[in-house]
Amino acid sequence: MNDMSSEGYVTEDGRKIGGTLMEMKNITLRFGGVKAITDISFDIREGEIRAIIGPNGAGKSSMLNVISGFYVPQEGEVWYKGARRPQMRPYEVAQQGIARTFQNIALFEGMTVLDNVMTGRLNHMKTGLLSQAIWKGKAEAEEVANREKVEKVIDFLEIQAIRKTPVGRLPYGLKKRVELARALAAEPSILLLDEPMAGMNVEEKEDMSRFILDVNDEFGTTICLIEHDMGVVMDLSDRVVVMDYGKKIGDGTPDEVRSNQAVIDAYLGVSHD
Amino acid sequence: MSEQLVYAMEVFLNGLMAGVLYALVALGFVLIYKASGIFNYAQGVMALFAAATLVGIMKGQVPFSHLINAVFDTDIHHFGWHLPALAGILLAAAFMVLLAWMVQKFVFRHLVGQEPIILFMATIGLAYFLEGFSDLMWGSEIKKLDVGLPQGMNTWIDEATFKIFDYGFFIDNLDIVATIIAAILVFALVLFSQYTKEGRAMRAVADDHQAALSVGINLNFVWVMVWSLAGFVALVAGIMWGTKSGVQFSLSLIALKALPVLMLGGFTSIPGAIVGGLIIGVGEKLFEFAIGPMVGGATENWFAYVLALIFLVFRPQGLFGEKIIERV
Repeated sequence: MNDMSSEGYVTEDGRKIGGTLMEMKNITLRFGGVKAITDISFDIREGEIRAIIGPNGAGKSSMLNVISGFYVPQEGEVWYKGARRPQMRPYEVAQQGIARTFQNIALFEGMTVLDNVMTGRLNHMKTGLLSQAIWKGKAEAEEVANREKVEKVIDFLEIQAIRKTPVGRLPYGLKKRVELARALAAEPSILLLDEPMAGMNVEEKEDMSRFILDVNDEFGTTICLIEHDMGVVMDLSDRVVVMDYGKKIGDGTPDEVRSNQAVIDAYLGVSHD
Repeated sequence: MSEQLVYAMEVFLNGLMAGVLYALVALGFVLIYKASGIFNYAQGVMALFAAATLVGIMKGQVPFSHLINAVFDTDIHHFGWHLPALAGILLAAAFMVLLAWMVQKFVFRHLVGQEPIILFMATIGLAYFLEGFSDLMWGSEIKKLDVGLPQGMNTWIDEATFKIFDYGFFIDNLDIVATIIAAILVFALVLFSQYTKEGRAMRAVADDHQAALSVGINLNFVWVMVWSLAGFVALVAGIMWGTKSGVQFSLSLIALKALPVLMLGGFTSIPGAIVGGLIIGVGEKLFEFAIGPMVGGATENWFAYVLALIFLVFRPQGLFGEKIIERV
């Protein structure tokens, strides 16, 4: 790890947060004449849960898409693991260890839960086509190792019962969990969650919150998540970026953000006169 | 055993063999449809093109010789070598990979995310382009293709059946070889798509582009790979049909016979393509044998389509197709 950043800190509940893993520098993203993101900078530290919040249309999802390579910003730099990241396609970003979920769920509907989660391991499968054909043993050993990792994730997220079910048949809340499982199976350096709790009932939200905390605790995974529900985020995250109309209006611990006047205004819709 | 029944058995066997060849063409369709949701109208022309390329390479024909001669007023036709069949097949296969890459690079890469009907229209355009390109490159005359596959009646089967039924079955050796090769091909393709990393990536891309990107799959690579595979299957089908009836334009029309095969078997199932092909092959031969004489013959022209139509009414996803599940 390049130590160009300040050292980490320890949270109240005793988790150690490391140095800067990713840094967004002065990101601006335009769609035609519309500015979705205006000059935003923030960092993500190793091992923390970092949230990006804001009202609908604030540009949160656009920000996540910039991080995961689906959008290319017109201005600004993305720094990852101490080096400036060149322009990349989404699959290259994924290969660098940045996994994500989608707001509207993007799963392989025709495949079973198990097969879906296995696709998360694709980048960890080293043996190529030829060696798979010629040297069956090595490929098999690799398959077994990958299977073990996948089973661990499936256990962890408590979806054993639906392992063999085609994803298309699952209810919404479970689909969200399967998507999380697939992202986790990739053993990512950063896990990006796009509104992991959108459209869930209270019970499902509680489950998902617990899983996010457990993932971070158990695997030490760095998580960056987007939510517009402020209550959930404040309990989950270590630090929060607040966006409104494409601009950053707050950045800090949940407590700091909660007492920030600009943030309160954005959420309560105070008129500026 | 009655004579009629023995004849029917022979017809049945011949139908199976014909079905294998239909299945080979249908297989190419299924591959591309599975991985990209594109119905590739050009699959038949690809078989024609692959076979013409193979003949051209083996005979050492100069590509575009007519064009070159017309423009530069030269008179070149052949390089003057003759390649053995195996080398020719390998080179033709390599050429199909190149074609796959070009198709992806110049056509479908620019159409990502378009409606299926647009992609379908693009493949129709590709079909006509390839047809003309094939004529321009290798000439439009009917070519004889001989890669050394055995042909003619299989005497062993003839004798064996003669001993049992007092009547020798006529089974073409070429059909037997085609069956064996098709079986190997299908087995290999199923193994590939179920058990390899690339096969898994292929299935993932077929299902959801965005999700595939997010787990680190290179869409372009997968598509080139799939078009290459389809090109290779087209080459195999082209060799079989070309050996049987010469490399000529009508080869590309066989592709239309693959349509009812796919409706029967399901557009997304590799085993379905095989079973569908066999049912159509056997069905049309038996139908012609039993009903043909009563209605004036030539039922083989339409039987497959009528059968497919009936299937569409009762089981639109085909025998093995994925059931369309939609949560309301």
